[in-house]
Amino acid sequence: MDWGSVFSQALQSGLGPTAVVYALAAIGLNVNFGYTGLLNFGEAGFMAIGGYFMAAFITTWGLPFWLAIAAGLFFTVILALLLGIPTLRLRADYLAIVTIAASEIIRFTLGSVTLLDWFGGQDGLIHFATPFANANPFHATIDLGIVSWRPYDFWVLFLGWIVVAVGCVFVWLLMRSPWGRVMKGIREDEDAVRSLGKNVYLFKMQSLIIGGLFGAVAGFFVALQHQNMNPTWVATDTTFFAYTVLLLGGAARVLGPVVGSIIFWFLIQFLDVMFGQMTSGSDPIMPTWLMDTDQASLMRLIIMGLALMLLMIYRPQGIFGDRKELAIDAR
Amino acid sequence: MPAETTSPASGRTALADVPHEPGAPKPDPIVVADNVVRRFGGLTAVDVAHVEIQRGAITALIGPNGAGKTTFFNLLTGFDKPQSGEWSFNGRPLANVPAYRVARMGMIRTFQLTKVLAKLSLIENMRLGATEQRGERFLGGLLGVWRGQEAEITEKADALLERFLLAKLRDDFAGTLSGGQRKLLEMARALMADPELVMLDEPMAGVNPALKQSLLGHVKSLRDEGRSVLFVEHDMDMVRDISDWVIVMAQGQVVAEGPPDSVMSDQRVIDAYLGSHHDQDLSEDVVEAIHEAAAEEVDATAADADPEQTTHGEQS
Repeated sequence: MDWGSVFSQALQSGLGPTAVVYALAAIGLNVNFGYTGLLNFGEAGFMAIGGYFMAAFITTWGLPFWLAIAAGLFFTVILALLLGIPTLRLRADYLAIVTIAASEIIRFTLGSVTLLDWFGGQDGLIHFATPFANANPFHATIDLGIVSWRPYDFWVLFLGWIVVAVGCVFVWLLMRSPWGRVMKGIREDEDAVRSLGKNVYLFKMQSLIIGGLFGAVAGFFVALQHQNMNPTWVATDTTFFAYTVLLLGGAARVLGPVVGSIIFWFLIQFLDVMFGQMTSGSDPIMPTWLMDTDQASLMRLIIMGLALMLLMIYRPQGIFGDRKELAIDAR
Repeated sequence: MPAETTSPASGRTALADVPHEPGAPKPDPIVVADNVVRRFGGLTAVDVAHVEIQRGAITALIGPNGAGKTTFFNLLTGFDKPQSGEWSFNGRPLANVPAYRVARMGMIRTFQLTKVLAKLSLIENMRLGATEQRGERFLGGLLGVWRGQEAEITEKADALLERFLLAKLRDDFAGTLSGGQRKLLEMARALMADPELVMLDEPMAGVNPALKQSLLGHVKSLRDEGRSVLFVEHDMDMVRDISDWVIVMAQGQVVAEGPPDSVMSDQRVIDAYLGSHHDQDLSEDVVEAIHEAAAEEVDATAADADPEQTTHGEQS
């Protein structure tokens, strides 16, 4: 059992590109769900539109990188409008159903054979990350002692955490303003806010667009991280992981999604490597009748599920949340 | 209609010559409604032929459970849409105007089940009530151009909290307030927008007698400031005490109007509340009819019952 490598691999994952992606997606969900009370279950759909359109505009239609980014953001806004116009006037749970359905429609459509020439079917798109890779200023392996990254991975996570920081400042500036106050008011009771002369529909639309744009940026980073964009990166479990990250860190807290993502990916990797090591080798620590290597790879999700349940029971406010605030609901 | 004056007494004295009839025209109406009909499936909840609300006065809307008072309230304020009808506020037609725009015109309502924003502090609840905030636009909020305005709003909010005796709870979450305090906060929050017409839906429901007196004072002070008040209430003592004019609804229609004393002795009102046979001898079929009516009333009350108020009702 090599605890040093378990810890180092876990830390590498907790600070790595995947944690960046989920931090961004969870910031989007935080704007939607944490601050405005919109149950957006289609964050993966926004990630798909962002990632796929950026990739396709470069590979298929030959646009420069920056224009492709702009195109990805533009089509994300279109998606938010398409989803929001019919559903935002309805009750919150309708939005949840519509968004989860929409994200699946998007995933299947983008991966379909019909659109093979544009989006590459189930294999997805490649070669779009070249301009991004060429701009990489890091050329040697980045070794910080306990953790080390390949130059490309470090370039992704370096830029990624900068974007996350900018995103957090953006959310913080918005949510301390009167605009953010209206959003929180809508979360508490939208009829009350309406009775005070606020156009609730317009505010909810803005929230959906902003949350979606964070999803799109998460989509850019998924595509860049893997240098490949395909339907598996944007399945519905992506959304659920992002919600887990958000609830772990604490909803309606600016840094909740960031800390949540770091802890989530640290633990996932920690458990994975730990159980992997316990069941591997000629004389594994774990008795083979109890668990073998195949079962060990599933243990991380089982334990994360258990941890999530315990979290909801004993610390439902997440890491940053305020228990007193949550107790108000129970009255 | 010309809006000559809003001096406190004018609204009331002007009502002296108004006939005590349903749909009576008022000298200076702030709200006029015509043929407003709202059906829920086969049930006609509201069918108001004509009604006018006097400016600068306190008007009570009363009637037995299920008379359509709250539905009519919702229709007037844009929270519900009627099948047909026209109504106006200050002469501006309100049909198809969304609720938020009705509020911006100066007609602010409160709710029967108080709607305080539980996880916002009292002062934030109050600030939210202010209209035309620059910081409520996306870019305005982001760029922080709202500081000066926020200070003004806060000053006004603090003054109102002081007046409604909530100042010491300023930074508490609104969700920790008792039922009666919630009513106070909602009324104070409504005043942040400087409304011309304040619409109170059962302001006394679930409020203890001591707080009731202070609430009564607050409602009267609204009129003294020159605002018009329309309120729905079941508490007849309150209606008698503070209202200048009473409109009685039954089964969706306006059945009587007049000053409180005359309305409460009106035969149509007594019939609406007690049924038209209440003073006859009890023959067997009448007894049966009363039992049926009582059973219906119990059903209606159960449907009306409000889970929040039963938990918060007597705490204040």
